Amino acid sequence: MLAHDQDSLKRTPLYDLHVSMGGKMVPFAGYDMPVQYSAGVLKEHLHTRTKAGLFDVSHMGQIALRPKSGKVEDAARALERLVPQDIVAIAPGRQRYAQFTNPDGGILDDLMVANFGDHLFLVVNAACKDADEAHLRANLSEDCVIEPLADRALVALQGPKAEAALAKLCAAAPSMKFMDAGPHKVAGIDCFVSRSGYTGEDGFEISAPAADAERLAKLLLDDPDVMPMGLGARDSLRLEAGLCLYGHDIDTATTPVEAALEWSVQKSRRSGGARAGGFPGADKILAHFDQGASRRRVGLRAEGRAPVREGALLFADEAGGAPIGQVTSGGFGPSLSAPVAMGYVPTPLAALGTKLFAEVRGQRLPLTVAAMPFVKNTYKR
Amino acid sequence: MTTTLYTSDHEWLAIDGDVATVGITDYAQQQLGDVVFVELPKVGRALKKAEAAAVVESVKAASDVYAPVTGEVLETNAELAAEPALVNSDAQGKAWFFKIKMADKSELGGLMDEAAYKAHTA
Repeated sequence: MLAHDQDSLKRTPLYDLHVSMGGKMVPFAGYDMPVQYSAGVLKEHLHTRTKAGLFDVSHMGQIALRPKSGKVEDAARALERLVPQDIVAIAPGRQRYAQFTNPDGGILDDLMVANFGDHLFLVVNAACKDADEAHLRANLSEDCVIEPLADRALVALQGPKAEAALAKLCAAAPSMKFMDAGPHKVAGIDCFVSRSGYTGEDGFEISAPAADAERLAKLLLDDPDVMPMGLGARDSLRLEAGLCLYGHDIDTATTPVEAALEWSVQKSRRSGGARAGGFPGADKILAHFDQGASRRRVGLRAEGRAPVREGALLFADEAGGAPIGQVTSGGFGPSLSAPVAMGYVPTPLAALGTKLFAEVRGQRLPLTVAAMPFVKNTYKR
Repeated sequence: MTTTLYTSDHEWLAIDGDVATVGITDYAQQQLGDVVFVELPKVGRALKKAEAAAVVESVKAASDVYAPVTGEVLETNAELAAEPALVNSDAQGKAWFFKIKMADKSELGGLMDEAAYKAHTA
């Protein structure tokens, strides 16, 4: 129904496979991507929670950060100038969630950082990847060679059957733990495999050379437990998992503390830590750590069945008063068979169990501040 | 004897005298995907042609259902409100949204018959 100019959209190495499998293609971050297949978002979502789903996330940016000194610690120290995370402490073969921050303490992008022994491997959001690359070049070129890996595809295999499906092609898969990451052969293909994802389920992300991507995807899909997933299910799964979507739940105007991402900022980078501060916006972000922020991202559960979606204004009372916040992501959670949402509220209203109201089509619907993830995660720690 | 007519916004109307039963078409439900929520108008509400009368929500998005004619809402489908997935399984049957008492049957003149609607969605 949405008219779009296919010619101006980029395609991932799996485009032909998506079309051949009946993917409904839509524009997303400049790419022509499958939003769903014939099964539909609901069945796809539930299949990932009970079996396994395969997602094409090749639109995301993959970047190698190579230290000019040859010592990965030097790349880690350099990257710490741009993120509030402890990158030095990421052991070889491990991965960590991070954010690029700006001088106001806002978030430019969120990303994954893995230590591959002699270099760092970064996965960034599709819509931000060009800006991220420029940001890295502008700030780290003295210490690092920044190498975008544009000729690689990326797929995510997620769900309780993901390990068994990948084990058939990659003997190392079962011994990996949550957030382990490194080069592995998968069906003889030189891949980077991490035990991570964006669904709340156990699973893997597999980076493969573009030329081998379709063969790899088909081998994974040969497993009767593995079903192809579109972006629709990816969004509903991450929402139930309480995970932030960049540009919606976090952006240049939200600090990691406001976004309830304190867990992702290690003590070594906070006030009193061995390498406290030293990242863009440190003054503001550390002040939020030390004195608290005035607003906070929270989970929201509705009493009724009406989904409360992005943009809905939040109110403290059933009638009257000014809006106190806004929903940043929301929809129907297929695993809960109920609406779920997240949004920002004043910190005094962020306590679990706080009753709030969301305005939907002129009516105020009752909501409760609820713990996230909404669906228990099943990471293999 | 009922006649079924269609709007370009993918609503169907089954006409019986001066009462029209309104729903969304099978084509529309295919485009929407899995329907998880339906909001129906209140019985007695006076609807103007082209006014948003009901809401149908899939996992992905919310869409308005427009009043195809001017009139008063006589009845709504409680079974549909309780089981929104009926839109996917039986869009042009059990998943009717509301019945409206038409104020001006001449408004039907602008609607499509089945052949014209098929051509419209082809």
